[in-house]
Amino acid sequence: MALPTHPQARIPRLGWQRVMALKGASLTVPFFLGFALFTVVPMAMALKESLYAEKGSGLGFGAKTVEFVGFDNVAEGFADGRFWASMLRVALFAVISIPLIQVVSIGLALLLDAAAQRVADRFRIPLLLPYMIPGIVATLIWIYLYSPAVGPLTPFFHLFGVDADFYSGDLVWVSIGNLMAWSGIGFNMLIVYAALRSVDESVYDAARIDGASELRIAWSIKVPLVRRSLVLTTVLSIIGTLQIFSDTMLFKSMAPETITRDFTPIMAIYDWAFQQGDFAYASALSIVLALVVGTASAIFYRLTNKAPTS
Amino acid sequence: MTTILEKSTPPVPPSPAVRRRASGRGGDGPTRHSRRTKALVLGGLVFFTLYSLAPIWWLVVSATKNQSDLYTTNGLWFSDFHFTDNLRQLFTYQDGIFLKWLWNTVFYGVVGTVGMTVVCVACGYALAMYRFRGRSVLMGCVIGSFLVPHALLTIPSFLLYTDLRMVDTPWAIIVPSFFNAFSVYLAKVYAEGAIPPELLEAARIDGAGEYRIFLTVGARLMSTGAATIFLLGFVGSWNSFFGPLVFLRTPEKWTVMVGLYSWLKVKVDNSADLTGMVVVGSLISLIPMVALMISMQRYWRSGVTLGSLK
Repeated sequence: MALPTHPQARIPRLGWQRVMALKGASLTVPFFLGFALFTVVPMAMALKESLYAEKGSGLGFGAKTVEFVGFDNVAEGFADGRFWASMLRVALFAVISIPLIQVVSIGLALLLDAAAQRVADRFRIPLLLPYMIPGIVATLIWIYLYSPAVGPLTPFFHLFGVDADFYSGDLVWVSIGNLMAWSGIGFNMLIVYAALRSVDESVYDAARIDGASELRIAWSIKVPLVRRSLVLTTVLSIIGTLQIFSDTMLFKSMAPETITRDFTPIMAIYDWAFQQGDFAYASALSIVLALVVGTASAIFYRLTNKAPTS
Repeated sequence: MTTILEKSTPPVPPSPAVRRRASGRGGDGPTRHSRRTKALVLGGLVFFTLYSLAPIWWLVVSATKNQSDLYTTNGLWFSDFHFTDNLRQLFTYQDGIFLKWLWNTVFYGVVGTVGMTVVCVACGYALAMYRFRGRSVLMGCVIGSFLVPHALLTIPSFLLYTDLRMVDTPWAIIVPSFFNAFSVYLAKVYAEGAIPPELLEAARIDGAGEYRIFLTVGARLMSTGAATIFLLGFVGSWNSFFGPLVFLRTPEKWTVMVGLYSWLKVKVDNSADLTGMVVVGSLISLIPMVALMISMQRYWRSGVTLGSLK
């Protein structure tokens, strides 16, 4: 950390501007060294690991040997019916829950935008409170709320003669979806609301003069104007939902029969790595999942972002 | 793009457009919105506020009950007040292991996030302020890594940390958190808006070297941005679950979230029922987060929206 520039460092041959840029660039070195070690190296290791398999010799006696198997693991992962079943389960859940959550978030942001500033300020923190609750705690709260023993929800539904078992196979995704909506809506709303606030009021005035109703303005002007934010929150939701892990992991503690150990893709990967001890196959599955998540986000981004607005 | 940036960069004072709207809308009412629209807007907001707050209310109420009342009384209203007993039980159980977990969470969070802030602010500053060869490639790495799902790196990271002998040490949690691509991105965006290049030129003319300029001029102008980055990072580290679950084996090294999860599992594994402790522990663990986020909301809100509006 030499503080002042040494005069010799500015040798005319190099040019002081170049030295300056180099010194500036050196400030990025700590980050990119760590980035290489903790992001790039693991990615490379996942690729390498997936090319090998542990083979027991003979009848399973003696030392196991590690063999190079090429893309066999990845191919096996691509053909793994149970893994795809978990993927499909989560994808189906994502297809239903993400649009619902988005619609509610937009609606809420529009409500907040339509309210007077004073009112909006008063509602903002309570609406955002769920977003501030740590994810695990949010899941714990809802697990207990759903619980027939402790939670108030089961007796509440009994009042209407409905016998709801929130942990059953039929309802568990609804239960998880509600939990994700509860913790996610505030955040999505905040982003859309911020985008709405940055729109110039005169746009709406012009529409009002043309005789547009508030509803029409919301649908035809406000929603298209915040499309970029919507795309962003949707991509984030897709990435997050396909990787759902902690919520289902906690639900598994309450409903071990419904939530199997490969209920979601990450749970399957976690199970292969840390319960079965097969890191090679777990890495191969990670790669398959990464490809799926990447493709899904890219397709969505392409479809929605050809965008005339800006 | 740049217009949005200019509007949101000094995170606090509202942009002229927002201010104009605030005053224009404060006193609106009959002229713009009919009474019915207003009632609908208010009704919708109240409904969602109840939805947001009711589960938290349940948690607060339940934390004051003893184990048997938890099962037998109405979840949404108080019964005998046992909050202090519950607290005593929570903090004395297994020689106060919960306190240890709290301390671990704070320690990992503070050390990891301070390091992350220093590394990432320096990197973002350099990417924003200097033109050097490879800059766009580095920037591409930062943005591209957003798409790499975090959980997917966990298996290979586990293998890497095993090689580095970091598994089951605090370093497995702390050191990798230094290198956060999203923070670099935030720092770059913030630096572009907050640091006029002329100021750097002036400092150079006065004879200051590049590192000194960063420490005395750049870092100071970026202090608000750094606070934002610190806060977002700290919240993320407090809430993280997958990493600590995988990398930490000894209960004495766990974080609060992993600890609560282990207590939730106990109920399934044997007959001991720790429900009351999980409830009180959850409440305690979210208090610091909510307090921090509400008191510093201008920081994290500007951070979240800054990152999203691009």
